[in-house]
Amino acid sequence: MAEKAMRILGLVVGLTCLVAPVTQAEENLSKYVSGSVKSGYYYAAPETRAMQDDDFANPGYILVDHGMKVWDQKDGKEGKSCASCHTDLSKDMGDVGAVYPKYNERLKKVLSVEGQINVCRVERMGASALKLDSDDLLGLTILVKNQAKGKPIKVDISRPEVKKMYEEGKDYYLTRKGQLDLSCASCHEENAGNFIRTELLSMGLPTGFPVYRLKWENNGTFIRRAYGCIEDNRADPPPKDDPIYVALELYLMHKANGLPVETPGVRK
Amino acid sequence: METNNTAGKSRLNRRHFLTLVGSAALALPLATLLSKTAHAGAKEADEFLKSKVKGAMKEGRVKIIAPEIAENGNTVPITITVESPMTEKDYVKTVYLVAEGNPNPGVATVNLSPMMGEAKVDLRIRLAKTQNVVAVAEMSDGSAWKGSQEIKVTIGGCGG
Amino acid sequence: MADTVKPRVKAPKTAKKGEVFEVKTLIQHDMESGQRKDKQGKVIPRQIINKFTCTLNGKTVFSMDLEPAISANPYIVFQVKATESGKLEFKWFDDNGSVYTFAQDLTVN
Repeated sequence: MAEKAMRILGLVVGLTCLVAPVTQAEENLSKYVSGSVKSGYYYAAPETRAMQDDDFANPGYILVDHGMKVWDQKDGKEGKSCASCHTDLSKDMGDVGAVYPKYNERLKKVLSVEGQINVCRVERMGASALKLDSDDLLGLTILVKNQAKGKPIKVDISRPEVKKMYEEGKDYYLTRKGQLDLSCASCHEENAGNFIRTELLSMGLPTGFPVYRLKWENNGTFIRRAYGCIEDNRADPPPKDDPIYVALELYLMHKANGLPVETPGVRK
Repeated sequence: METNNTAGKSRLNRRHFLTLVGSAALALPLATLLSKTAHAGAKEADEFLKSKVKGAMKEGRVKIIAPEIAENGNTVPITITVESPMTEKDYVKTVYLVAEGNPNPGVATVNLSPMMGEAKVDLRIRLAKTQNVVAVAEMSDGSAWKGSQEIKVTIGGCGG
Repeated sequence: MADTVKPRVKAPKTAKKGEVFEVKTLIQHDMESGQRKDKQGKVIPRQIINKFTCTLNGKTVFSMDLEPAISANPYIVFQVKATESGKLEFKWFDDNGSVYTFAQDLTVN
């Protein structure tokens, strides 16, 4: 009887030792993994992650401040500001970062956050559209998406028009192009976690855009990043106002469903 | 971002061949020049320090905490610490920070005071390539202490 | 952009006498190095924050001379010993002559 008890005790102790203790760092990283997808945060260096996690050290928050100023500023023929209609920022914009790119019922097309902001400005405010990657548009986009920070991404593609655009984005993603004859998937699906020369490849999921890129020493849009990637592949990137970028972002954000919104993220 | 402009050139014609040979002929002395420049970086940094620091520089007391490999050379987070009680009688007056492999070695000159209580500074710096970052602390007693750290900087795999 | 440059500072408003606390500063600035060329091949002129100072009641606690090798959006973190109550003043000096400032009261008890 005692021998059996000792054996069971030994087994329990042995099994307990086999279960590796979950460290604080691992716990933090598990937040950035959902099923088979991992955020770029997972692949970033510890000091880059630290920069993102510190709301003060994260330069993206400079643009949150700037965005707040632009949000409150009256602009255009209607004499309105964003705040004139969207009276409660955190409530009204609470889900935007998690659900965009989204279908706009009235215009019957899928829009990115940047696209929706400009539609609002031109049609509701009678103001001019903001330039892509300008401080004003970056500020507003980051401010708005930041309201959803931490919330799980849940892009909906059930509507047939949205599904169609999703498929276009997916097709572009899987198509080999350029002199290097690589598709986005060649690196970001087939080789995520591997090195290309000295560069560690992530899954290329845009969970933190507009990210602060250490290379740019500035925040930048998904379009800026995608354009650059396509160029680096020695392919001809479509002009930045081409809807293929919205389709691509739609495909990727849907792929990232379940991961938390990180805007403003920090990446290399 | 550089673009590959050999598109369309499919045949190795005579002109192309001569250009290749010519470039190869130039490459050797150019490589020597470049290596001289790399060495000049460390020498230039050293001369820069000698022009600023009065005492002889001893190794120790100064630490540079930095990533072994920088994720990107444009924004490299570093911390400089100097062992010092930082009292009125014994404190760090100045820290000179240089990067041996940058186009210009000077990165920053930090002026400290006993009102700081601790000699510790965090910065984000630009590094052109893999190199030694050197910090020299000049103390209130006139002594000078030096610490350095090699930081590896790589170019992204896809040139981007 | 100069008139809209707003620096950010994170420093405690109160501290115990003798305590050493951390001050974090961040300012939006391109730190144009003077090394870059535009699309036409012309050198983009240098424009950086060349100096940063922190004073307590007018006395310099910490200051720094910056070179173009400091990354854009300069992030400077340093330590301060709580000795006396008063006004902490931070100044950033731009090559173009602009001076950006931030002030915060400190109570030491």
